[in-house]
Amino acid sequence: MKIVVPIKFVPDLVEELTIDPSGVALDTAWLRLIINEFDDHAVEQAILLKERGGGQVIVSTVEADGSDDFLFTAAAKGADQLIKMTGDFTGVNNHALARAYAELLKELKPDLVLTGVQAHNDLDGSVGPLLAEYLGMPYVGYVAGITLADGSVIARKEYPGGLIAEIDVKLPAVLGIQASEQPPRYVAYSKIRQVMGTAKIEERPNADLNLDGGVSISRMFQPEAAERAEMIDGDADAVAEKIVAIIKEAGVL
Amino acid sequence: MEITLSPLSQSFSKTFITSLFETENGERIRTCLQCGTCSGVCPFGYIMQYPPGKMIGSLRSEFFDKVIKTDSVWMCVSCYACTEFCPSQIPITAALMTRAKEEMLLAGNIPAELQAALENTQRYGNPLGESPRKRADWTIGIQPEINILAKTRQPVDVLWFVGDYASYHPRMQSATKALAKILNALGIKFGILGPEEYSDGDSQRLAGERGLFEMMAQKNGQIFRRYKFDEIITTDPHAYNALKNEYPALGISYPVKHYTQFLVERMEQLQPLLKNEVKAKIAYHDPCYLGRANDVFDEPRALLNAIPGVELVEMSHQRTNSLCCGGGGGGMWLDGFQWEKAHTRLSEWRVREAVAAGAEILAVACPYEPPRFEDAVKTIQAASHLKVREIAELLAESMNN
Repeated sequence: MKIVVPIKFVPDLVEELTIDPSGVALDTAWLRLIINEFDDHAVEQAILLKERGGGQVIVSTVEADGSDDFLFTAAAKGADQLIKMTGDFTGVNNHALARAYAELLKELKPDLVLTGVQAHNDLDGSVGPLLAEYLGMPYVGYVAGITLADGSVIARKEYPGGLIAEIDVKLPAVLGIQASEQPPRYVAYSKIRQVMGTAKIEERPNADLNLDGGVSISRMFQPEAAERAEMIDGDADAVAEKIVAIIKEAGVL
Repeated sequence: MEITLSPLSQSFSKTFITSLFETENGERIRTCLQCGTCSGVCPFGYIMQYPPGKMIGSLRSEFFDKVIKTDSVWMCVSCYACTEFCPSQIPITAALMTRAKEEMLLAGNIPAELQAALENTQRYGNPLGESPRKRADWTIGIQPEINILAKTRQPVDVLWFVGDYASYHPRMQSATKALAKILNALGIKFGILGPEEYSDGDSQRLAGERGLFEMMAQKNGQIFRRYKFDEIITTDPHAYNALKNEYPALGISYPVKHYTQFLVERMEQLQPLLKNEVKAKIAYHDPCYLGRANDVFDEPRALLNAIPGVELVEMSHQRTNSLCCGGGGGGMWLDGFQWEKAHTRLSEWRVREAVAAGAEILAVACPYEPPRFEDAVKTIQAASHLKVREIAELLAESMNN
């Protein structure tokens, strides 16, 4: 079973985010990137499947600050192959990322593709469904549990309200991971150090970015505090009267 | 909590015990009398399936792999009580407990809270997961301005290694500011590393992350080499322990003191500044890594006695048998895990002891303690009157004009 996990890095919210002078993008001077949490779970799920049923796990990413560290950590956890796409990814959106990954995956011919179901900087949709479409594969999102079957997988999909569905998905397929079956495991730092000396990161230069389908940002700003709280004093009757007046004025009654 | 483990080979006991012999004085494990003192004095020994003595016994009987499957190892708070009282002088904490935790980590078995603290340390240089850029934010507004060496590049007499909790924890920041005030009042020419400072790494080391500790130490060592100073003082007994006892083996060696030792050296200058009365019965809690591990018992008491109005009372556990607050050696990040097992906290026991000793103030000298003891005070009815203060805060209070 060949499992490929395409991942992406997102702004680390531990650092304060600021808007750059253009007013439509984040200032990158102090910006730090961190693995998309859902992609971290996708890597864990892939390793779990390998531990259960054998096979190969390939983790692939786009060149970014800190991407090497993450790839080595994935190798220390049990990933077999590490691929980094190099090149200029300025202004990359999820459509472009999915197209770039589709090129790579057509070459790799995976049985199963696991990727995080979403990321907090998704503007033009999530990578999973886009990737599935470009690859012509089925997609199930919000997966929190996978059982291996013959030529297919059974994906446990969470719905709002506590409903869970078990969906039989023929392989090859793309699954959007909501949560791995156990939290991403810890790797002792000495193990990561060791792996840095032995594991190799394959670099694949990426062809030109195709940003079609993305959105264009007209304005990016910090949430603006609006003062719309009016404190109403008085006894219950007075307060009720005031509330009715406010509602009438707002044109609701 | 169910710990699921990757299968360990049957010869694990053999290879593990051999690795212990390679640690400093580790071969003393062979001389264990199975007297049970360590298990008895261990604060959580009563609840471990394999307290320290039984762990050594199981090592000898070659079924240590069973021990690793229980929660016993993670109940250890690295308080050094076992080491202190072992009649065979076996360095149990360093040679057994720390090594056992290293094995647990290598097998990937670790409670979630501790995992987060270790991952944060690796990524942000501090276990709290705060931005390294904000490490010196506590200095904002302080006059005279605190000398952050990266900015001023001035040679100083003293490098003040502030530490993680003293820099970031909201409760501790008032104590850190108090110490800054005292140092300024004494005219000390000091500087801090600010955003360039990394975690001292000692608690992470004791929690089993030797590799992470070495990385932090090496990073700190590189930064130290950039600046000129005569000695290092620390807010934190754990940083003191690391810099004094562990860093030199990595080639990083500087004279280091805990702030209480540094201030006692300057008692002649300090005493006249302590003008205000702090009229209270004060119990001093000996932190594990200042007291038991490094034999510093008198200096903190001397400082407290120098404050007019103070009456020192001693708790039933004191000096070498002081009761751990539960924070060190990773305990700070095993709090939930240990509480689920024990349904009590060491900090709660200690607070009850302070109350029993008639204390109105519990004086501490370690940045883990104010938040731990104050949380304990909140949960114990009988302790609602008890105040928790860092020694620096009490000194500053006495100096206030």
